[in-house]
Amino acid sequence: MNLFKDAGHLLRFAFLFVVAFAVFLVVRHFVVPKSFGQYGHYRGAAIAEIAARPVHFAGHETCETCHADVLDMKKTGKHANVNCEACHGPLANHANDPSITPPKLDTATLCIRCHAASAAKPKGFPQVDADQHSGGLACETCHKPHNPALVAEGAK
Amino acid sequence: MNLNRRHFLVMLPAAAIAWKYVLAGTPEASPNYTEAEHWWSMLIDIPKCIGCGNCVRACAAENDVPEGHFRTWVERYHVTDADMVNPEVISPDGGKEGFPSVGEDAGKYFFVPKMCNHCADSPCTQVCPVGATFITPDGVVLVDQTYCLGCAYCVQACPYGCRYIHPEKKVADKCTLCYHRISKGLTTACVENCPTGARQLCDLKNPNDPIHAFLKTHHVQVLKPQMATGAKVFYNELDGSVR
Repeated sequence: MNLFKDAGHLLRFAFLFVVAFAVFLVVRHFVVPKSFGQYGHYRGAAIAEIAARPVHFAGHETCETCHADVLDMKKTGKHANVNCEACHGPLANHANDPSITPPKLDTATLCIRCHAASAAKPKGFPQVDADQHSGGLACETCHKPHNPALVAEGAK
Repeated sequence: MNLNRRHFLVMLPAAAIAWKYVLAGTPEASPNYTEAEHWWSMLIDIPKCIGCGNCVRACAAENDVPEGHFRTWVERYHVTDADMVNPEVISPDGGKEGFPSVGEDAGKYFFVPKMCNHCADSPCTQVCPVGATFITPDGVVLVDQTYCLGCAYCVQACPYGCRYIHPEKKVADKCTLCYHRISKGLTTACVENCPTGARQLCDLKNPNDPIHAFLKTHHVQVLKPQMATGAKVFYNELDGSVR
């Protein structure tokens, strides 16, 4: 014990150090979010928060559960792999509540977004100069959007 | 040194707080979706892109992207025979409303959709001073907007220009690879709305994903491979003039 006879000043310093460390831990406890460091140097709970953001596009599988008739028509035509909302727009609210009616579409602006003739587009992609092609007639006069081939008579 | 009762009592609360802190770091189990089972990436098939801008509009609608900023955008390249290394690149309003038509012209045209590359060794996550941006265990680079200071270091660090400061929130914003969709089994908004299938969401940890066969049989590149970012957006038949 002789070794610690005059060690009072060291012990007081050690005590201060312990108190400072305790204060640091208390402050850290309140300042650092709970999940920080769960996966890495970031707040782990942020992943679940971002995953919980609302969905606007329902996805074509959801559409097909009710609109099987349109799917049957579509899957034999050139637009088989064009998903519903690519033209109809985001309709998750309609899928969740069918009483919400989707907006009516205008083929005059919609078809031309993809099919307007341009030398910049891939050569194999069907494209037309609308004025020469139809002389101002609406696209759906001849082509039904869900199955655009001319032979598809009676298609919606 | 003998520990007397007084010292022991002083250290007790500190030890209790330290233990609570250890407990808080224990990972919680996620329901339905296991991050470790996925490693997300994207395939962009250049010859299929028609520059319609559907992906740009869909992204903006799905993610409330502020006007004038883009999480994904489409560039149109025009490479002439006279100058192969300096192509003319346009992206009017990010290609949101498509591109002006061109008649027959010399040289070649093609569209390059761009987005966050969700790099495995991303420069943007490395420079964040507060740990507000990170790569998730399933390979998606995200921003924790409640933690971000808006210092924009990451905006400067991204070699692909894929980040911006949100004009209202004043924090970094970027493509989340529609994390709120892919973690629910849906595909991303841009993939869902691409009419030609030029974009495909890929899970590199899924052995049945067609990406594995595609990568073996096609000429696939990433953007700026010399930056060694571990970019995970794969471009099929990417022209050498694209930067």
